[in-house]
Amino acid sequence: MIAHHLPALQVVVPLLAAPLCVMLRGARAAWLIALGVSWAMFIVAGSLLARVLREGVISYALGSWEPPWGIEYRVDLLNAFVVVLVSLVGALVISYSRESVDHEVRREQHYLFYAAYLLCLAGLLGIAITGDAFNVFVFLEISSLSTYVLIALGRDRRALTASYQYLIMGTIGATFIVIGVGLLYLMTGTLNMHDLAQRLPAVEHTRPVLAALAFLTVGISLKLALFPLHLWLPNAYAFAPSVVTAFLAATATKVAVYLLLRFYFTVFGAPLVLGEMPLPEILLALSLAAMFAMSTVAIFQDDVKRMLAYSSVAQIGYITLGVSTGTAAGLTGTVVHLFNHGITKGSLFLLLGCMAMGMRRITLQHIRGIGRIMPLTTFGVVVGGLSLIGVPLTVGFVSKWYLVLGALERGWWWVAALILASSLLAVVYVWRIVEAAYFKAPGEQVAKLREAPLSMLVPAWVLVVATLYFGVDTRFTAGVAARVAELLLGGFR
Amino acid sequence: MLLVLLLASALAIVRARNLFAVVVLSGIYSFIMATQLTVLDAVDVAMTEASVGAGISTVLLLGTLYLTGSEEAAPGHRPILPLLVALATAGILIYGTLGIPVFGDPSGAIHQHVAPRYLQEAVEATGIPNVVTAVLASYRGYDTLGETTVIFTAGIGVILLLGIGRRVRERAQGPGGGMQEYLVLRVIAKLLIPFALLFALYVQFHGDFGPGGGFQAGVILAAGVIFYAVIFGLTKAQKLVPPRLVEILVALGVAVYALVGALGLMLGGNYLDYFVLDHDPVHGQHRGVFWVEAGVCITVAGVMLAIFYAFAGRRRRPDSRS
Repeated sequence: MIAHHLPALQVVVPLLAAPLCVMLRGARAAWLIALGVSWAMFIVAGSLLARVLREGVISYALGSWEPPWGIEYRVDLLNAFVVVLVSLVGALVISYSRESVDHEVRREQHYLFYAAYLLCLAGLLGIAITGDAFNVFVFLEISSLSTYVLIALGRDRRALTASYQYLIMGTIGATFIVIGVGLLYLMTGTLNMHDLAQRLPAVEHTRPVLAALAFLTVGISLKLALFPLHLWLPNAYAFAPSVVTAFLAATATKVAVYLLLRFYFTVFGAPLVLGEMPLPEILLALSLAAMFAMSTVAIFQDDVKRMLAYSSVAQIGYITLGVSTGTAAGLTGTVVHLFNHGITKGSLFLLLGCMAMGMRRITLQHIRGIGRIMPLTTFGVVVGGLSLIGVPLTVGFVSKWYLVLGALERGWWWVAALILASSLLAVVYVWRIVEAAYFKAPGEQVAKLREAPLSMLVPAWVLVVATLYFGVDTRFTAGVAARVAELLLGGFR
Repeated sequence: MLLVLLLASALAIVRARNLFAVVVLSGIYSFIMATQLTVLDAVDVAMTEASVGAGISTVLLLGTLYLTGSEEAAPGHRPILPLLVALATAGILIYGTLGIPVFGDPSGAIHQHVAPRYLQEAVEATGIPNVVTAVLASYRGYDTLGETTVIFTAGIGVILLLGIGRRVRERAQGPGGGMQEYLVLRVIAKLLIPFALLFALYVQFHGDFGPGGGFQAGVILAAGVIFYAVIFGLTKAQKLVPPRLVEILVALGVAVYALVGALGLMLGGNYLDYFVLDHDPVHGQHRGVFWVEAGVCITVAGVMLAIFYAFAGRRRRPDSRS
């Protein structure tokens, strides 16, 4: 019986755990609840994915109102994959969080901090799992509001302005999305995505539908930080508490990318989006600009967190590049890079959180010689860096392989060359970290540091090992991604 | 005519440099909008707009002005690029709306597909005469759970970032002491507050039959307490409704809503299935809607109070002018 309700439980359990944390009011109790719920959600996600692989699409009617009259949860291979990523990162981040949050957030705020985290988790999972276009907006608001709060809790006072900046940009993005959904409802009379997909072809060349496509594209692009709509991201990542940065970098933008794929391929359909509109050209130009401009900006950053934040914007360029190719290999690259970049950046920001235990700001000057003092942490950062570059045996290589294949399949050999060239920029900024960490003598401050506690190193290293493991054994990640790409191009209709 | 007034007040808001004027103008904007919505027969939305947009928001914004001062700093640069972006957005929006069906056209897609079934079946299936309430609380009850969670999240954010338990210094004037020496205000407040609270209950329980429901009722309920706090002082209000209780209310409402859903699941239905809550499915619907509306009311009232406490409890910056 319980198996039937898994889609609802996936979202409702963290949603219900949040008010529980507030009512109990204990710091430790809240952490234990968040920990238990996060791991339970990972198990739920895993079994959902297994069931989708076995039986195909799962539909769940909330309130027992049949769709499209009620709200439907619709789990297919694409969102099951995203839900697994989000809940995996959530579980690891929370396992890691105790010492880091003790260090960075005032203790009397802890129960509210974990409540906000649980709401963010519920929001992201809710966006990913729902089959209803308006329900997406509702859960987007939950995840966004909780994200603004979590970012604002950073130790640096600039976290407040970073959060405010994101609040303004994010609200504009959400407004655009709701305008797009509203226009679609006006033209079709339905909010259910599956139903929309069936009713849209009849009206797909009308002005409101095209305007809806435009509004949804811009709105979602703001949330996924597509260049040049990324302005909120570097400050938000740089000033948020370490665990928050790690969680958001690995999940929030990825869920937004999922939303873009969902609207483009399931709701509007590949023929309209990729064939008739100039969207692939626009996406290609912006993706390439992101890859080069943002990697270049990353090279000149001294603050390591901010450097990796710019690197994230560049990596999102790779993800959207795959969409613009419109080929099976390119889309496989997109979907696999969602996962691969998620675990890479997740591990990197968790490891930076280990360093943040001993220093307030992590700049290249501060981490001089840290390789000898915190060997495990620093080596993990190097592995993550290699994955950002795309060195073989890491997940980054797998993603770029499929992206290059996709570009070549489309006949864009120059794009393939640019993908490889942009990796060289990543070499430069990763090298700057390696140089500072290993080839400089440790300063007085660094010499006083100690290696991070195991409770932090283990979750971080699980992700580091995953970046290596899935770089070699790609049956799960690339296997699922390839099937998803096939589904996307075939349309879920 | 109403739309012209709406446009005029929007332009006035953009032009005004005095923030006090801006707050009052946005209150006016909300009232015009509420009237407009009433004309369009969307009475439920109109009521929300009037109570939230014109009511609580104005109070909260005035509370903010008390803390920050009411003159806008002169903009440092001419915002040409934002203007262009705004114009482009408006252009696309107008382009998009040119093709939509005429307002009220019965052949429009929104009147053809999902909506007819709501209109025909809702009263019979849920026993709730107000179709808007039936759709919000039952057919799309999960969205409303989400929206209640959004409000809960906002409440948590405010409590987390500003804090609501601060002690306020007793003062004759201002948020601490209220307006003790204004006899007329105190007498009128004493007369009005019971009716405000009674009206909130009416809106809450009449939501099944006419416009209203948990959201509007929660706002009116909170407004009653805020009114009390403004006249008799924050300290007295916090004795009546302590901050810790507010924090629990904020969480309790969402929990009640989510638990009603879980109850449906335990009794053998899907999540948020109200049919199984009673032997008679229609009674079950009624019962489910009653409790989720109660949940909405509790969280909304709690969050509104939390925001008010958080703002009113802060000390004024010394350099701010009123």
